[in-house]
Amino acid sequence: MIQKEKLTHPIHEGLTVKHICKQFGTVKALDDVSLTVEPGEFFTLLGPSGCGKTTLLRIIAGLEMADSGRIFSGGKEITRLPAMKRQVNTVFQSYALFPHLTIYENVAFGLRSRKFPEDEIRKRVDRRLEMLDLGAMAQRYHHQLSGGQKQRVALARALVNEPDVLLLDEPMSALDARLRAQVQEDLRRLQRKLGLTFILVTHDQAEALVCSDRLAVMRDGRVIQTGIPEVVYDNPQDSFVAKFLGAANLISCTKVPGGVQTDFGFLSLESEPPWQEGMVAIRPEWIRIGEQQPECNGIRAKVTEIVYRGSSFDLWLEPGHLRVRTSSYRRIDPGREVWLELAPEELVILKDEAN
Amino acid sequence: MKRTESLITWYGELTTRRHLLKRGGLFLVPGLLWLMLFLVLPSLVLVVVSFVTRGAYGELEWVFTIENYKRLAGFTLFGWTADYLLILWRSIVVAMVTTLISVVLSYPLCFFIAARSERNRYMWLTLVMIPFWTNMVIRAYAWFFILSPEMPFAKLAALLGCIPDGAPLYPNAFAVYLGMISMFIPFVTLPLYAGVERLDWSLVEAAQDLYASRIRVFTQAILPQTMPGLSVGIIFTFFPAMGMFVVPDLLGGAKYMLVGNLIQQQFGTSRDWPFGAAVSMGLMVLTMIGLQIYRRKGKEIQVV
Repeated sequence: MIQKEKLTHPIHEGLTVKHICKQFGTVKALDDVSLTVEPGEFFTLLGPSGCGKTTLLRIIAGLEMADSGRIFSGGKEITRLPAMKRQVNTVFQSYALFPHLTIYENVAFGLRSRKFPEDEIRKRVDRRLEMLDLGAMAQRYHHQLSGGQKQRVALARALVNEPDVLLLDEPMSALDARLRAQVQEDLRRLQRKLGLTFILVTHDQAEALVCSDRLAVMRDGRVIQTGIPEVVYDNPQDSFVAKFLGAANLISCTKVPGGVQTDFGFLSLESEPPWQEGMVAIRPEWIRIGEQQPECNGIRAKVTEIVYRGSSFDLWLEPGHLRVRTSSYRRIDPGREVWLELAPEELVILKDEAN
Repeated sequence: MKRTESLITWYGELTTRRHLLKRGGLFLVPGLLWLMLFLVLPSLVLVVVSFVTRGAYGELEWVFTIENYKRLAGFTLFGWTADYLLILWRSIVVAMVTTLISVVLSYPLCFFIAARSERNRYMWLTLVMIPFWTNMVIRAYAWFFILSPEMPFAKLAALLGCIPDGAPLYPNAFAVYLGMISMFIPFVTLPLYAGVERLDWSLVEAAQDLYASRIRVFTQAILPQTMPGLSVGIIFTFFPAMGMFVVPDLLGGAKYMLVGNLIQQQFGTSRDWPFGAAVSMGLMVLTMIGLQIYRRKGKEIQVV
């Protein structure tokens, strides 16, 4: 304790990734990635397949080595440490449970590797199995378990080691949709209760929004945008983030005084866009629909298609091929003309210029 | 109308997998007959012969006795000797060491081949198999050539003072192991390779992630996955190696006799068929015991 106080620089206790690059053959899997994950934070790496998110996770786990860049965890550099020397544990996508060991032995594996005394192992393993509702499964083998149970065993096996950082590599991809939604919420609750640092890799935007304290959107080996889910969702930086997180309407336009000119008329904006020709975005649920012409940014449009989504309706309208999401059940048949309001405060100016 | 319908159902029933499997039993008959005629019957003859007496000129005298087995156990006219038991014991040791070294050499070889590109893998596997297609006697003679005094290996050994100057590196135990191991490596490598190629690397990574040492990664993540192939390799090596006689005969010389040579000698130069049959029975019993032990152990290891 005394030694810690003597140190002049404050040590970052979380995980820091600095300028990581990784190349496989001619493919740049990671291109100068830097991130900071706070201790006790639920951080999500979100992106389509091939964006480098799993490679980054594997580099943090020590299963791959970065070509360049550095990684710090708990104030210590771990860049060149092998996986077995890192206080980091992984929940694998395939769960990777040892088929020749019982569930109990699977969970005890990490403690046995580190030569914990037998009674300590028993205490810790039993506690984790109880916590994840697996007490009755202890003496079974992995092929006797359901998908959700296997996933919880993988989680228990990693958590029992009390790692500095827990890595989750698309842990819900093998579960069916209903169970997945349940597990997402459970995982979030578990993380809050334990106060451990979780890093989740996923391509599922809904999962990222449900689970994370903060998330990073990745594309082609780069981090495009980092922030808390609400902020990233409300203020996507570019068309990629806007499309990947939720179904945004992307509108090509040209800058004119006071706003932009689109294919279907003038739209006034709150601030001036940084480009001459570019794009603005608006979420389908932020477009208001009505019978009367609104004061500002009103568009007369015709309904072309209607999609029922249970809790809401999606309407497709022309001109502009706009999608509008409405929760109120008012049957609007295709062919009808309505007024749309694209309020200036709801329009997001995207960074990317027209190509 | 009703008749045709039932006929159709009956026909459909005939082509189900269950029915075909049941009927498949008939096709076993020729194979079974072959085995009865050329394996089971001769073995029974061998059992009988092992209990009769050798005549003065090597013919069989139909006087039943257990003398042959007593002789194998070491009881002679001049008291007890461990000669034959020692030969049996030496055969077991040679087979065990051969198997162990073959396994130790095969693992890295399999990983090496599995890491090649798909096209090169078949080339490497073919290279492993080529010696396997060459006649065993020719291969043994090839070792004569390699171990001859003119070759660098013998010269090096002479330089180090292991053998006298100008002497070959055979016949001795070392030459026997060289010959045996080179002969049996493909029997381990091929079945083991099948397991190594399909290895689920995520288990290896999980073990590493869970702080396992290299040894623990091998015993917990690699060994259980490659166990089926390894078992086949061990069975294909250990038991044939125990009865091997060409290699020890050529490379081991008279001083390094194994049970295979002993049997061959009894049926050949010594013209003592009953004793040869008794030794054969001894080898067969050892093999059976070995297989039983192996099956028990195997069941313990492969819980799943």
